[in-house]
Amino acid sequence: MTEANSGQKKAVDELHKIAESIYNQIDDGKIPKMTLPLRTKGNIRFDPKHNVWKYGKATGARTAKKTNGAMMLLRTMYVLELIEDMIDTNKSSTLREMYYISEGWDKAKFHSQDESNYLAEDLEIATSCMREDFKLRPEENGASVIGNITIEEFDRKGRIKRINCLDDVGDSGYGIPYNVESDKVKLIESGAQFVIAIETGGMFDRLVENGFAEDYNAILVHLKGQPARSTRRFIKRLNEEMKLPVVVFTDGDPWSFRIFASVAYGAIKTAHISEYLATPSAEYIGITATDITNYNLPTDKLTDRDIQALHAELKDPRFADENWRNEIETMLKLNKKAEQQALAKYGLDYVTDKYLPEKLAPLGIMKR
Amino acid sequence: MSSIAEELAKKQKEISVSEFFERNRQILGFDSQVKSLIMGVKEAVDNSLDACEEAGILPEVMVRIERIDKDEYKVTVEDNGPGIIKKAIPNVFGRLLYGSRFHAVRQSRGQQGIGISATVMFGQITTGKATTVRSKVANEDVAWELDLIINTKKNMPEVLREEPVIWDGKPHGTSVAFYMNGRYLSGKQSVMEYMKQTAIVNPHARMIFIDPENRKIVYERASDDLPPATKEIKPHPEGLELGRLINMANETKQKSLSKFLVNDFSRISDRLADEICKKAGLDPGRSNIKLQDRKENPNGLSLEDFKKIIAALGEVKIMAPQTDCLSPIGGNLIRKGLKNVLTDIKPEFYAHPVTRDPKVYAGNPFTVEVGIVYGGDLPKDQPVQILRFANRVPLLYQQGACAITKAIESTDWRRYGLEQRGGEGIPYGPAIILVHIASTKVPFTSEAKEAVATIPELQAEVELALKICGRSLKTHLNKKETKSKTKAKFDIVQVILPLIASKSAKIVGKPVPQLSGTITKIMNVVWIDDAVVYEKGRHKVRVTLYNYTPRSQKLNLHMVVPKEGFDYTGLQIFPAEVKDDGKMTWELRSIPSTQKVDINFTLKGLDQEAYDENEIYVSGIDPVLVIGADPLPGDWDVKRLEITETAPAVAEEEEDEVDYDEQKEAINDD
Repeated sequence: MTEANSGQKKAVDELHKIAESIYNQIDDGKIPKMTLPLRTKGNIRFDPKHNVWKYGKATGARTAKKTNGAMMLLRTMYVLELIEDMIDTNKSSTLREMYYISEGWDKAKFHSQDESNYLAEDLEIATSCMREDFKLRPEENGASVIGNITIEEFDRKGRIKRINCLDDVGDSGYGIPYNVESDKVKLIESGAQFVIAIETGGMFDRLVENGFAEDYNAILVHLKGQPARSTRRFIKRLNEEMKLPVVVFTDGDPWSFRIFASVAYGAIKTAHISEYLATPSAEYIGITATDITNYNLPTDKLTDRDIQALHAELKDPRFADENWRNEIETMLKLNKKAEQQALAKYGLDYVTDKYLPEKLAPLGIMKR
Repeated sequence: MSSIAEELAKKQKEISVSEFFERNRQILGFDSQVKSLIMGVKEAVDNSLDACEEAGILPEVMVRIERIDKDEYKVTVEDNGPGIIKKAIPNVFGRLLYGSRFHAVRQSRGQQGIGISATVMFGQITTGKATTVRSKVANEDVAWELDLIINTKKNMPEVLREEPVIWDGKPHGTSVAFYMNGRYLSGKQSVMEYMKQTAIVNPHARMIFIDPENRKIVYERASDDLPPATKEIKPHPEGLELGRLINMANETKQKSLSKFLVNDFSRISDRLADEICKKAGLDPGRSNIKLQDRKENPNGLSLEDFKKIIAALGEVKIMAPQTDCLSPIGGNLIRKGLKNVLTDIKPEFYAHPVTRDPKVYAGNPFTVEVGIVYGGDLPKDQPVQILRFANRVPLLYQQGACAITKAIESTDWRRYGLEQRGGEGIPYGPAIILVHIASTKVPFTSEAKEAVATIPELQAEVELALKICGRSLKTHLNKKETKSKTKAKFDIVQVILPLIASKSAKIVGKPVPQLSGTITKIMNVVWIDDAVVYEKGRHKVRVTLYNYTPRSQKLNLHMVVPKEGFDYTGLQIFPAEVKDDGKMTWELRSIPSTQKVDINFTLKGLDQEAYDENEIYVSGIDPVLVIGADPLPGDWDVKRLEITETAPAVAEEEEDEVDYDEQKEAINDD
């Protein structure tokens, strides 16, 4: 990362345009405002070209008429200045660092990191640039990969490291860096049959210990809850470039449905870049609501928040198909949820010997 | 010849009043250890305050509680009242039902003459110790000190010791010291709370309290004005009961029925007396008006005759009772009293207290007063605190059974800015509600005088007063909300927008743009900000008008100001009109866009409480353009001012845009 690359040049130009627009509006005696697509579930539309969900046409105005809007516009100016500075001086900062940098912005300082992260995304949307172009990066997320895929990564010293994610790594696997674009990570070759993305660390470790990657020729990707952008991007590249089918294996609760949606359909928060992050062909293999009864799994009662979340999903256009509707309604009717690890009820090998084969066979992607 | 009846009659001994109360002490409120101590203090303090006021002396009352033993306390109450002559002391303190007030129709704290002697008796029963009274009247050289007990069988005082003493530096006054079993606690029902509440409704009294830990708390006098002396009045005929009428007729010294009606009752004229007699079918000149008795008084009035008189009284129109028998505290003094005692909790608002005109229930005049305190350190998530008073005496017990509480519960406080589930019950919020009932006869639920009985006329009056005071609270809360909204906009145009402008200018490398256009579009109001500051006997009033609209504005500003205090010296902008009732009008011919105008004036020589919030109205301008003042009400009757309508505000091209920053649901929705 030496000279400002083309992405960064574009970013500087686009950010400048924002500042100019605000300046001109004030100079014309108007109330300054920015218009942005609404980032709500009511405003996501299916994009048939990419098979993912993107923001629709509804927009909202961020105006100086109200305190919140005025504050965000002011912060926008500070962030613009910070980004231009970083590009000029060839520095970069984490999102968290930006949040702390704002401590020095007096009135304009962020009250939470959510606020600063959200603004960084707003700027991506307003400029059609990626936050990497702004020299902003997330904290290392450390989601891990174990499986037969060989990659080449440029390390800190600019050297190329070739790594096979099955043979060259320990039990914690290959750590996915925050930048997984091809200038940083190249996918070389893979002997795997498919990718299995797993929600919880406990289940990831269980599959590692049971030798699932070797026995079934799978690439295990730990999602670590709601997956980071880099994890979703990495999965998408495995799917597109290596032609590997992707399955998603999560807990059986409303939040897990959303994890799957963000992998397969695109997350609401990042719907402006869904075509980079989402893997439309990904399949959900469980835990499903029907699994709870079929496998007679140990369960917990749904909490009020769970029930709210399920009702919200019934109104979420991404879940507006018959399968999902059935799943959600079944879970509401059962009033129960189950964890992945509940399968241990039938022994530690049950998940690899029975459950997953039963789930994967009908998809036609599992050969021993 | 002794029949069984005679035998029985021998056994039926007369029980003395004292004996009766000894056995039924809860009737007087001495039913728990904690309460007994409070009752003892209360009875003595009531007497002290009544005595001082009757003598026209500004009261100074000292209460000291000392712990003698595990359950035994010594209570000393000392006042600067007129003193009691030596001869009268034993009867005042040692005889139940002895007093001057039992038959008087007049507002006073003590009514039946039970209180202090009951306290003496209770102390005597529980500790076996005598009560010591010391008293000095102004024209005697020495004070007398007496130890006395009550002979409960005879209801008579017994003096154990009496001697003259020199009372240093005390021109006159009384001190009573008694021992009693009790328990000293702090909290909502405590001697401390009783003293505090007494200080609130008696701002003319200096109250000193020394607790068992020897800590001294002083409530200084907040006013040097004694409440006006209350007059004794005759009973008012409205709602008169038959038994009372007969008793009065039996005891009257009047020579005829019409003289009896005119002279023994209030508000009955000769003409009205004749009308009553006519309606009752009785001769106004009739002289024997005692109740008929076959043997003793065969020619008296029959029961039927008395019933006819009662019926006739109900049919004629009788004027409301005169009100000089009542002594309401008054709005200014309620506020002074509250402020004096509640300074610690720094309330943000004292609603303008309400004093209702006197009304009558069952022939007894009464008046209701209400005050509300809001905000400060008062807890937001608790039920409001209710302070109940009857004839300036705090009521600490039986809150639930009291008409005052019931009136509060049946008022919908949600309308007045307090939380209340379902619009009934005790409301929640950072508030204290004070209710004072003053009457010649407060209808208590029991002799312990802890709760006011739910008499419909009375409860309705309390509800009305609460509503009026509630409206004042609501006005304040509305004003506060407008202020905070306006403050937010102020913050935008004065702080945030200039920063956005300078930052964006720096990024694009251009000079900082002019802001006035944007500012007037964001605000688009004439903002009126006002303040009243009281210092050194003067109220300094400031009213600032900011024109944050895109064009020049003219308007008329109206205020209600106590004219007598208005100081014309040094006045910069003169009012165009001043009316006799203090309604003033300023004409502001032109306030240029983004400019402000200050109106400053001073009020001299007024009580601080007399003016603490500005009442501001505007006319001659589209009222939607104005924040911080209401449009002039129709009843103002402004004549010589031409009311010119300014062009209505040009509506901004308000495209119905969604506010992006109000749509945060997506953040945590994944």
